[in-house]
Amino acid sequence: MTTFVVDGKSFTCKPDDNLLQACLHAGWDLPYFCWHPALGSVGACRQCAVKQYASEDDKVGRLAMACMTPVSEGARYSITDPVATAFRASVIEWLMVNHPHDCPVCEEGGECHLQDMTVMTGHAYRRYRFTKRTHRNQDLGPFIKHEMNRCIACYRCVRFYRDYAGGRDLDVFAAHDHVYFGRYADGILENEFSGNLVEICPTGVFTDKTFSRHYVRKWDMRGAPSICVHCGLGCNTITNEREGKLRRIVNRYNGSVNGYFLCDRGRFGYGFVNGTDRIHAPLARGDDGRQGAISSDDAIRRFAALLRSSSRVVGIGSPRASLESNFALRALVGAENFYLGVSARESHLLRLLVGILDSGAVHTPSLREAQQADAVLILGSDLPNTAPRAALAVRQAVRRAGFTLAAAAKIPHWQDTAVRNLAGDARSPLFVATLVATRLDDIARIALRAAPADIARLGFAVAAILDPDAPAVSDLPTDLAAQAATIAGALLAAEQPLVISGIETGDESVVQASVNVALALRASGKSGALMLNVPECNSLGLALMANGHGGLEVALAQPAALVIALENDIYRRAEATVIEAALASSYLVALDHSEGPTTRRADLVLPATSFAECGGTLVSSEGRAQRFYQPIFSKNDVSESWRWLGAAGWAAGRKVCENWSTLDNMVVALAAALPRFARLPDVAPPASFRVVGSRIASQPRRFSGRTAMNAAHSVRDPKPPVSTDSPFSTTMEGYHGKVPSALFPLFWAPAWNSVQSINKFQAEIDGALEGGDPGIRLLEARTDAVLPYYTNIPEGFVPRSDMWFAFVFPRVFGDDEQSARAASIRERMAGATLALNGEDAAHIGVVSGQSVACEIGGEQLCLTLEIHPEMPHGLAGIAGLATVAHALPTLVRITPTGSDVS
Amino acid sequence: MPKRDEPPFLRYLIVNADEMEPGSFKDRLLLEKTPHQLIEGVIIGAFAVQATVAYIFVRGEYVLALERLVRAVVEAQARGYIGRDIFGSGFSLTIHVHASGGRYICGEASALFSALEGRRAIPRARPPRSAVSGLWGKPSVVNNVETLCCVPPIIERGANWYLGLSRSVDGGTKLYGISGRVKRPGLWELPFGTPLNEILFEHAGGMQDGYECRAVLPGGASTAFIMPENFDVGMDFASVQKIGSSLGTGNIVVLDQRRCPIGLLRNLEHFFAQESCGWCTPCRDGLPWVERTLTAIEAGEGEAEDLDLLVHHVSFLGPGCTFCDLAPGAMAPLASGLKYFRREFERHINEKACPWHDTKDAWA
Repeated sequence: MTTFVVDGKSFTCKPDDNLLQACLHAGWDLPYFCWHPALGSVGACRQCAVKQYASEDDKVGRLAMACMTPVSEGARYSITDPVATAFRASVIEWLMVNHPHDCPVCEEGGECHLQDMTVMTGHAYRRYRFTKRTHRNQDLGPFIKHEMNRCIACYRCVRFYRDYAGGRDLDVFAAHDHVYFGRYADGILENEFSGNLVEICPTGVFTDKTFSRHYVRKWDMRGAPSICVHCGLGCNTITNEREGKLRRIVNRYNGSVNGYFLCDRGRFGYGFVNGTDRIHAPLARGDDGRQGAISSDDAIRRFAALLRSSSRVVGIGSPRASLESNFALRALVGAENFYLGVSARESHLLRLLVGILDSGAVHTPSLREAQQADAVLILGSDLPNTAPRAALAVRQAVRRAGFTLAAAAKIPHWQDTAVRNLAGDARSPLFVATLVATRLDDIARIALRAAPADIARLGFAVAAILDPDAPAVSDLPTDLAAQAATIAGALLAAEQPLVISGIETGDESVVQASVNVALALRASGKSGALMLNVPECNSLGLALMANGHGGLEVALAQPAALVIALENDIYRRAEATVIEAALASSYLVALDHSEGPTTRRADLVLPATSFAECGGTLVSSEGRAQRFYQPIFSKNDVSESWRWLGAAGWAAGRKVCENWSTLDNMVVALAAALPRFARLPDVAPPASFRVVGSRIASQPRRFSGRTAMNAAHSVRDPKPPVSTDSPFSTTMEGYHGKVPSALFPLFWAPAWNSVQSINKFQAEIDGALEGGDPGIRLLEARTDAVLPYYTNIPEGFVPRSDMWFAFVFPRVFGDDEQSARAASIRERMAGATLALNGEDAAHIGVVSGQSVACEIGGEQLCLTLEIHPEMPHGLAGIAGLATVAHALPTLVRITPTGSDVS
Repeated sequence: MPKRDEPPFLRYLIVNADEMEPGSFKDRLLLEKTPHQLIEGVIIGAFAVQATVAYIFVRGEYVLALERLVRAVVEAQARGYIGRDIFGSGFSLTIHVHASGGRYICGEASALFSALEGRRAIPRARPPRSAVSGLWGKPSVVNNVETLCCVPPIIERGANWYLGLSRSVDGGTKLYGISGRVKRPGLWELPFGTPLNEILFEHAGGMQDGYECRAVLPGGASTAFIMPENFDVGMDFASVQKIGSSLGTGNIVVLDQRRCPIGLLRNLEHFFAQESCGWCTPCRDGLPWVERTLTAIEAGEGEAEDLDLLVHHVSFLGPGCTFCDLAPGAMAPLASGLKYFRREFERHINEKACPWHDTKDAWA
């Protein structure tokens, strides 16, 4: 540790910290703009000026920018020095020269870093009396609002968007006080991390357009810690509510998982919670065959009667429902009747994953660890589309080589421009073997396009080079063999190599190959880190609960009197004809939050909560169990699935449901029933948790209009709801202050109203939260664990001239069921397309933009052809059709539309 | 720079020929009239630091210079003075002539790297020094045209000969230029340390009839005024610094009595405000404020507090406050102007008009 002196007091910091970081860590309120813990220092804004003294005798000192100053042992600084104080106030005055002071109408107001810093410097009176420069704003698409006049030119937006996230369509234009941050012309910001501009921007230039539609001030919303439900990574979020509406989602810092950033699907995909297709009351199919609303009591009575009378009850679980709800269903119908609720193929792959992770032979890294990898091999996963936040982590991982060079040249790691300049094109090796081009190819050493079988063969070959005990691949083409050798060499030379794969290719050999590489690396003395992506927010949690059963097709194979579909649109999981045949003589009870094919088909529909109206636990692909809490307390019949199931089960006389009154009881029951989840109660404090006898306030102290907001309905002050499942109060009453890290309803600290207040909650800047990052890893690698190499190496892919290997061509917007209901996401969704290599298209006799026909999952599809020159022969990528993804990959015939399809 | 046999072996020599300082035109003469001398200097300099690639970064508006430089490089290539394995020495050198896109900040050595790399011309923080991480992150040496043009004769005749040419501790000669209402504006190569009044009154022939010299900027727009009582100063680095200014480019701008000094300062600050790259706050937002304040004063709309505001900027746009030296350079003439022309500033504000405006003495 390094000791330094600020205004006569001694502090310590890490030896490689800069002075700004060190001062913030020491608890000083030193204002800043351009510095960001994840982006490093560039010294542009000059806001963090302090006095630096050469020695104890130096009484004059000189101004230095704290963010650009390495802290040396015994160095002396002053923050309160009058010159430094005056200079910092002067910087604000300069920034205010052109800032419009439109706080009352600005959506950043109340959580604006510029407001905070202005107050912090003490600057109040502006002497500038001339005209302010004005800019024209741009339409940046459905996610982001642009108001350039507010810009203080800290350059954070372009540094995040371009340097950090790899975006190309946002830049800084012009010069001097005309600098303009935007696109070259109006248009959608393409990068899937554009939403982070909202939080990166210290003022109101980039704001959340979806939030704007139902805007309220930060202090007027209830907050709840939540977990993103739109992919398997488990990014931490904060959900904000007012008047029963989910207003927005913001990032919730978790040093081990998402850090400061979310993807746009996670941030803007919440619209379904407020959607018009929400189900607010139970529905039952009447004698006329139409669904009609019934009361909750009636619904429970009918459900209980069905449970009592049905001989065989099948429970279909859900990869997007909480552990608690899945467990409730499993317990109600019995483990032997509980099914995964995913396609047969996915179920098989998920169980393969559980077997791998359960073995303890591979280490599943956190995103933080992934970001620190110094060599990455991706087998079959199109990360930017399927697990975007992981792609962002990989993008940082390739910078390791640059940091190593910088360290050798004695350039501090936080000196952003210098590190990037020195690094130039030097990148840690990244190898991307996928079916189609990915948005990580620009930083990949090798970007290889191949069919799943060939990707698997490449992986097997890499493993065989790393460890001669691993099965070798015969007849590997020389180019693949050469690439395998390059990859193996780079992984072996790395200190923290990382293998990334997942189940999205639908091919088990790809997963198995990735495991072999990880095992071979482990045999070579490396950690053998393996990141295996799963498609949905609780895919892994659900799979961990499975009982060796298959997926939906197995569940439907035998006749059942009653089928209970838990938060699942089963029509996305199997062919409609199969479902219809199976349900012909069954009664279908569906629990879900929104209307869909399954609820429309159901005989009894129970309105389930969305993630914003209940608490629960999800298990991310890392194996991290994380708790989410409800910001919305609805007054209608919507209830947690486990509560519906418990109520019906209890009414039907099922003893197992006896204690299912609270979430904590569910968690305890689950932990007791399934040893894998034994640590589940430790994921977050129980509902009985109190700080100095109080619940934790979920609304800011300044929350306003509590009585007025309902005045249109009743002038009485309504009794606030009580949360039975969380330690939160539902109002501003309660404890405001430091709480356990899993329980942050909002980030706020005195003088820090913006998200920058996170500095005050971290054990060290950019590190773990105080008290440790939230979540509990359920699956840890064990040194003694053994997993034999997989040996079933597939044959190489051979294209056929009459049929194409059709696979899911993933898209970040639209593939996820829930976010695809959000209006803003729908604006970013493109029509269904079929991607082919140009020569293959010519062979069929079609050109780009033309319609082609094919049959997938029993459906005749008409798709627009897209030419992807990089795609291997014989492959057909199906994009924008998540509903038939269950049938992929499969061989299809492709014909120009209008011609005979048979 | 790393030693001869130390990596990295890819190193760059860069010639800063982006002469854009207002009032300076010395490099232009060298580039247009003696491009071969510069190239010879580049070859020797590159050999000395073992740089295998050299860039001559030329101000884009110097069209004739560019044309002649390119031709001279081609000629040097044809003769085998540059290229692979020059005369069997084992040393190879490529020289690229690059025309600047055209901003003053490109002449700042580290911003010049960014410009050459095709990025925004924003200066870079030091450390790292360019000898550690310069152009494309490789060790780089940046030199001025005038410096490199001195190299061939020094190699030919020796250091002592060169040092002996000087009239001061700074060895050799310097190109001194003069612009303004003198009889013979021009450019002369004179011994280093030649007194200012000798340049002004002998070489430039003194002031034109009807004009008196009130002050000079000794080395371009980024230097502080020198008043007549100090005109005996020897024009070398230390002597000029001693009287509160700096040698700068050594190209002297003469202010006469018929020109409003506030108008001159306004013009200079307009230039600097416009040429700010927009990276750091004080320069980006402070300089336009200074310019607008001076414009207001010059237009008779100045307020008494404006002088405090200008003083505030002079101190807070100084060295260490801003990211690079552009703003401190911009403040040098203003700081000295506030000191020497305080009365003129006050007259503007009190009379609510420029005293030079519409008078028969006004500069024409």
